[in-house]
Amino acid sequence: MSIDIKNICYTYMRGTPFEKKALDDVSVSIDKGEIVAVIGHTGSGKSTLVQHLNGLLRPDAGQVAVDGISLAGKDAAAKKARQLVGMVFQYPEHQIFAETVYEDIAFGPRNRGFEPEEVDKQVREAMAFVGLDFETFARRSPFRLSGGQMRRVAIAGVVAMNPDYLVLDEPSAGLDPRSRNAVFKEIMALHKSRGIAIVLVTHSMEEAVKYAKRMLVINQGRILFDGNPADIFKNHQQKLVEVGMDEPQVFKLAALLRKQGMELPQGITDDVTLLQMIKKAKGWR
Amino acid sequence: MISVKELKHIYTDADGHEVSALNGINLDIPAGEFIAIIGANGGGKSTLARHLNALLLPTSGKCIVDGLDTAEEKNLWDIRQHVGMVFQNPDNQIVAAIVEEDVAFGPENVGVPGPEIKGRVDRALAAVGMSEYAKHAPHLLSGGQKQRIAIAGVLALEPRVIVLDEPTAMLDPQGRKEIVRTVKQLNKEKGITIVYITHYMTEALEADRVVVMEKGNIRFSGTPHEVFSRVDELEKAGLEAPLAAKIASELRKSGIKLPKEIITDEELAEVLCR
Repeated sequence: MSIDIKNICYTYMRGTPFEKKALDDVSVSIDKGEIVAVIGHTGSGKSTLVQHLNGLLRPDAGQVAVDGISLAGKDAAAKKARQLVGMVFQYPEHQIFAETVYEDIAFGPRNRGFEPEEVDKQVREAMAFVGLDFETFARRSPFRLSGGQMRRVAIAGVVAMNPDYLVLDEPSAGLDPRSRNAVFKEIMALHKSRGIAIVLVTHSMEEAVKYAKRMLVINQGRILFDGNPADIFKNHQQKLVEVGMDEPQVFKLAALLRKQGMELPQGITDDVTLLQMIKKAKGWR
Repeated sequence: MISVKELKHIYTDADGHEVSALNGINLDIPAGEFIAIIGANGGGKSTLARHLNALLLPTSGKCIVDGLDTAEEKNLWDIRQHVGMVFQNPDNQIVAAIVEEDVAFGPENVGVPGPEIKGRVDRALAAVGMSEYAKHAPHLLSGGQKQRIAIAGVLALEPRVIVLDEPTAMLDPQGRKEIVRTVKQLNKEKGITIVYITHYMTEALEADRVVVMEKGNIRFSGTPHEVFSRVDELEKAGLEAPLAAKIASELRKSGIKLPKEIITDEELAEVLCR
């Protein structure tokens, strides 16, 4: 089971003076169960790429297939394949529209043609997943919730469609650190319990290295790097800065400590390990 | 420059309940200061920011800007010209199809004479490093560039204060650096007072003073060193200290003696690698 992208090209405003080639012969496969971070500067083509994953954009050339079914078709099979891929856009709370939290989350599964009992089950499960108590929140207006809560409602709406692949475009933008951690805790739980593939578009190098096993670096409409985030950050630091990216804070601090003479092993990717290694290097217990 | 006294902001939500967003804030911001406001979502940061240029008015207490009380309607135009605002999403702040027209929109609107507008636009674009893009279409620029255009639009009104409400939330790392650099420069070179709201602690490190807000109150404030070395208190307020401060705090907890107020990588490396 996978999403397979083969040689796709996409140009915005073709035939106008503003014509811009956003994707240039991109091929990539994402397997079910993977967590893939997608990074790249604004305008690199990363959002354009992920919008091909559920057929929202159609490539000018090349193919996109979900579980072997081409998204190009207009038949029922292609429609079903597109629905396997859930998409949470930037600031998803701006897409909330219904009068109650329940109705907002139920919109997707109903649209997918689920039976009423199934819709109810999906809504309840989705709310539990994102940490919204059913009794407290189901009948409330989503517009009276806090920013973090609204974002959870929006994510629940996509989760309730029971997708096999979930694309999240900067799910933590504008959230404080605590809410950021909470949203990611839920996303990771979803990944674990349902085996959903997660495609995470992010501007945060920390998130990429913390949550993803694989990272795509997009630049000028092409995939510049595809591999383990820690390896990419370690091996291509210079190039990443050139394309407007950065290093995670942990890498920066570890590199500085090494440069000043501390003996630290390579490949430290989180705070806790760095702390342990500092203690070890200094002979502290 | 700005004096906030016992400022309360109470609003009625759609259910008819009274909600207190600010519970008696006291804050003085001298001219030329670069102040960062941090705090969890819903803590009152944006509400406070909107009081500074009279987008919101106090339920009780006062907000005085350059000697002008925001509650007095006759002061409104003056205050709005003194205090420029920049928001999160650059796409929502750009109105024209050409960069220089977008920047000219503000001064045109307040009746600046034509010949002077050109000079103001040129100076504003130069100040944010975007002069070469004057004839470009804003929607084709990067996020950081668009946000700098939004800042130029505010600058063209020649404000004494600029309030930026999470200006980097939607930007990539490069764009974030561009904005912080630009803001710092405006502060240092032009003496513009900066009120900078952010969720990025590394950005708040650049300020002269950091204010931590929670649940409509100011919890604590001080220099970046004073604030960011209070690792546990920050966490309680839903925030995260910079990595070096966290590591230093953990080391202290396991009995290692380290000097107070380590918040940057360089400071930590200095004491650990001596």
